[in-house]
Amino acid sequence: MANLIINGRNMSVDAADDTPLLWVIREQLQMTGTKFGCGAGLCGACTVHVNGEAVRSCQTAVSDAVGKQITTIEGLSEKGDHPLQKAWIAEQVPQCGYCQSGQIMQAAALLSKNSSPTKEDVVAHMDGNLCRCMTYARIQRAVLRAASEMRTASTGNDRRNT
Amino acid sequence: MNKHLDTPQGKAINSAIPLSRRHFLIGTAATGLVLGYAASSDLLGLDQAVAAPAKFDPSVWYSIGEDGLVTVTVGKADMGQHVASTMAQLVAEELGSKWSDMRIALASNDPKFNDPVLGAQITGGSWSTMMNFDAMSRAGAAGRIALIDAAAAMMGVPASELSVRDSVITHAKSKTAKTFAEIVKGGKITKTFTPDELKAIKLKTPDQYTMIGVSMPQLDIPFKVNGTAKYGIDTFLPGMVYGKLVLPPVRYGATVKSLDDSAAKKVPGFIKAVTIDDKTMTTTGWVVAVADTYQHARQAADALKVTWDHGPNAKVSSESLLAEAKRLQKLDDSGLFFVKTGDTASGLASAAKVMEAEYTTNINIHAPMEPMNATAHLDGDIWHIYSGNQFATRSGAIAAGAAGVDPKQVVLHQTWLGGGFGRRLDGDMMVPAVQAAKAVGKPVKVIYSREDDVTMDFSRPLTYQKLKAGLDQNGKLVALNHDVVSAWPTKRWGIPAFLSPSVDKKGALDAFTVNGSDFFYSVPNHSVRAILNEMAQQATPSGQLRSVAPGWTFWAVESMVDELAHAAGKDPAQFRIAMLDGAGDNDGGAQRLRNTLLAAMGLAGYGSLKLAKGEGMGVACVSSQERKTASWTACVAHVAVAPSGDVKVKKLTVATDVGTAVNPDGIRAQVEGGAMWGMSLALFEKATMKDGEIEQTNFDTYTPMRMSQMPEVAVHIIANGEHATGVGEPTVTVVAPAIANAIFNAVGARVRSLPITAEAVKAAMKA
Repeated sequence: MANLIINGRNMSVDAADDTPLLWVIREQLQMTGTKFGCGAGLCGACTVHVNGEAVRSCQTAVSDAVGKQITTIEGLSEKGDHPLQKAWIAEQVPQCGYCQSGQIMQAAALLSKNSSPTKEDVVAHMDGNLCRCMTYARIQRAVLRAASEMRTASTGNDRRNT
Repeated sequence: MNKHLDTPQGKAINSAIPLSRRHFLIGTAATGLVLGYAASSDLLGLDQAVAAPAKFDPSVWYSIGEDGLVTVTVGKADMGQHVASTMAQLVAEELGSKWSDMRIALASNDPKFNDPVLGAQITGGSWSTMMNFDAMSRAGAAGRIALIDAAAAMMGVPASELSVRDSVITHAKSKTAKTFAEIVKGGKITKTFTPDELKAIKLKTPDQYTMIGVSMPQLDIPFKVNGTAKYGIDTFLPGMVYGKLVLPPVRYGATVKSLDDSAAKKVPGFIKAVTIDDKTMTTTGWVVAVADTYQHARQAADALKVTWDHGPNAKVSSESLLAEAKRLQKLDDSGLFFVKTGDTASGLASAAKVMEAEYTTNINIHAPMEPMNATAHLDGDIWHIYSGNQFATRSGAIAAGAAGVDPKQVVLHQTWLGGGFGRRLDGDMMVPAVQAAKAVGKPVKVIYSREDDVTMDFSRPLTYQKLKAGLDQNGKLVALNHDVVSAWPTKRWGIPAFLSPSVDKKGALDAFTVNGSDFFYSVPNHSVRAILNEMAQQATPSGQLRSVAPGWTFWAVESMVDELAHAAGKDPAQFRIAMLDGAGDNDGGAQRLRNTLLAAMGLAGYGSLKLAKGEGMGVACVSSQERKTASWTACVAHVAVAPSGDVKVKKLTVATDVGTAVNPDGIRAQVEGGAMWGMSLALFEKATMKDGEIEQTNFDTYTPMRMSQMPEVAVHIIANGEHATGVGEPTVTVVAPAIANAIFNAVGARVRSLPITAEAVKAAMKA
C-alpha cells in the first residue's frame, strides 16, 4: 500500500513499489487527465509535477513519489483557469488534445521558475514533449502569452485595460 | 484532359440512400425538441419514436433542450480536426442559435448516423465538411422554420414577420420576443419535411452568413486543457480487467506454436493468457495477457513464453520489398491502368527529349499519441465496445467477427480520438479486447504499448514509382508514363465498393494508391499504372496514412515536373503555370491551382527575394485525394543547404483555396499541422522492415518532428466563394516535393527518396 499526496489530497493505493506512477494515477485512481504515450520517457504525455518539478510519470516509480507533493492536470488550478489553460484556449492550441495535459504541465514547470522566458527558452524546455498533430507553433505562442499574463497579474499592470 | 475514373466514393454515393429520399423529422420528446433525417424506410420508426417520447431513441441529428441548449450529434470521428464543432457551426448558421448554446455529442455506430453522401460511418479523405455541408445546413434551416412556426402560433403573429438571431425569435413590430428555450418549453412541435420540401428550403447566401467564415472557438477545446476530455483509453467499466499484447517477431503471418504461462502465473493478479483466434484475419499470432491491473498485465505479458511459427514473411525486408517493386515495374503486363490518355508510346517516340526517374518512399508509421486501445464488454447478447474509431461501419463488423456474432449485436461507443491520421480506420484493437473479454467473462481493456503500436501499425506502404517523360522541341511535356508500385491498403479492407475499375475495365484497382497522379496539368499523352506489390501486401499490411496516395504520387509528379522544367530551361513555377491551362476536363480546377500557386509565389517572394549562397526556393502545387474532392494547395519552400548536405528549412509558405472557409482558424490549424506532417515525413520519419518485422519500436527510433525542428510557417487561406472543401490532408503532400525542389534550386542536388537525408543530398551534390 502506497500513500500518495495528489493535488493536495492523501490517497492510498495498492501497488508494488516499482509500479510506474503513471499507471497508478491513470488506471488505479482513474485520474485520466494524465496520458500514456510511450512508456519510455520519450514523449512527455504523462508529465506531472513532483514537488514542483515536471517529471515523466511513466519513468517514476510509485515508491519514489511517496510523501511528495504530486500535481496532475486536474490539480493545476481549481477551476481550469491557470494562465496556461486560458492561453491554450485563447490560442486554440489543441487539436486531438491527447498530449496537451503533458504539454501544459511541462510548461507550468517552466513558468514557475522563469517568468520571462524567451522563445528559445520555451523550445529548449518543451522539446521533449511530442505533439503528433504538431501544434508546436501554437504551444509556443500560448506559453509566451501565459507568461505575459502572469507578469501582468503579478505587477498589477494590466496593459490591456489602458 | 483524361477520361478519369469515378472516385471510389462516387460509387458509394450511388449505393447510399440519397438525401433526395430522406425526410426530415422534428418532434417534441421528453428531453426537448428532437430533429433528424430519416431514410423513407426508417420514417415509421422515428415517427413512432417522436410520438412516444418515453421510448424515444435520443440518437438524432440534433436536439434543443428546454434550457435552449442545442446538442448536435456527430457521426464523424473527431481526431483533432474539430469536425464536430464544424458540424455544429453549420447547423447554428441556419438555425440561428447562439454559439454559446451549442453542444456536441458523438454518435454510436448506429447506421442512422451514416454519412449522408458516403452511406457509411467513415471519417477520412478530407471529405467531411464538403459532404455534410448541405445536409447540416438544411437540418439547421428546417429547425429554424419549425421554431418560427411555433413562435408565430404562440405570439399570434404571422411567421413572415419574425426574425431569428442568437437563439431568440423577435417580432420587431410588437417588440416582443421568444427564446428558443421558451418555444421548446411552450408546447408540442411536430413537423415533417418531405425530401422535396427540404430541398426547396432556401439556404442563406454568403452575404447573409453570420457564423460561416468566422473563427468560432472550437467546442472541444475547453475540456482538452483541463484533463476531462475522454478518449477510448479513459474507459472504465465495473469489474473491468486489463489486457496487454504479446506480439510475434514478424508483422504478419506468424502463428503461435506453444504458450507457457508457468512464470506468468506467479505474477499477482494474473488471470489468463488468451491466444487470439482471429477469423477476420486482421491479426496473426497474437496473445493477450489478462490481469487485474494494467501493471500486472504488463508483467504477465513479459513473463509469458511464446514460440511462433514465423510464417511466410519471415525473410522480408525493406530491401526485398523494393527489389520486388522494381521487378514488377519492369514487366509489361504488370498492374492496371488508372489513367490512359492519348498514346504515350508514340508521344515518347516522337519526343525531342526523354527523361526517366525513380522515386521512392519508405515505410511510415501513424503513431498517434494515444496508443491503440479498446474496451469490450458483453452485456446480455450485445457487445459494447469503447474505442475511438474512424470507420465504425467496418470496425463494428470486425468486432462482430472476433466475437462470432452478427454486427447488429455490436455497439461501438465513440470517444474523442487521441489522433487518427488514418490509423483508426482499422479495427484491429477490437479483436484482442473482444476475445479476451469472451475468454475471461469480464469487461477487458486492452492497451497497446507504444512498441505494440509502432511495430503492428497498418503503415504507409513502401512505394516505388518510375516516371518516363517526353518533352517536345519547345520544352513542352507531351508524354508521361507513370508506374506506381505499392501495397494496396484499401484492397485489404475487402470492400469491393472501395476499389475502382481500371480505365480499360480489365480489373479492379486500389485508387487509394494512385490518386493524385490524375493531376490537373494538361499533358496530351498520359498513362498511370497501379501495380500491386503482393509481397508488401502480405508482409506489411498497410493502411491509409494522412493524405494517402497523394503523399507519394505528388512527391513523384511534383519532383519530376521540376526536373523537366530544368531540362527545358524554364522556371519551374512558370513551367507548371503553362500546363495549368484549364483545357478540357481540367477546366476550373487547373485555373484554381494556378491562382493558388501564384498566390504562394507572391507571398513567399519567389523570384524576387535575394537568397544567400546555399539557399534556394522550390515550389510544388497539388490538389486532394480525388479530383472531385479537390482543395487547391501550393507551397514555396525556402531552404538552406550546408556543404555537409544538412538541410535547414527556413520557411514554408502555403496557400490553399478551400472555396468557403467555414472556420478560418480551424482551417489554419489543419494546414499548419498538415505542413508539419509533410515536413516530418520529408525529413524525419522512416521505418524499415527486417526479417519480416518493423525495426523501429518507439519515439527514439521512429522520430516525428519536435518543436525545435519547426521552421517558420506562413499559411494563407483563399476563400473565393466556391463550395467548401476539406483541408485535413492536402498540405501534407505538397511539402516534400517543395523542399526537394528547393534543395535542387539551392545546390543542384536532386534527391528522389523520402525521407531526404543529409547523406543523400551530399551524394547528389557530388554527382
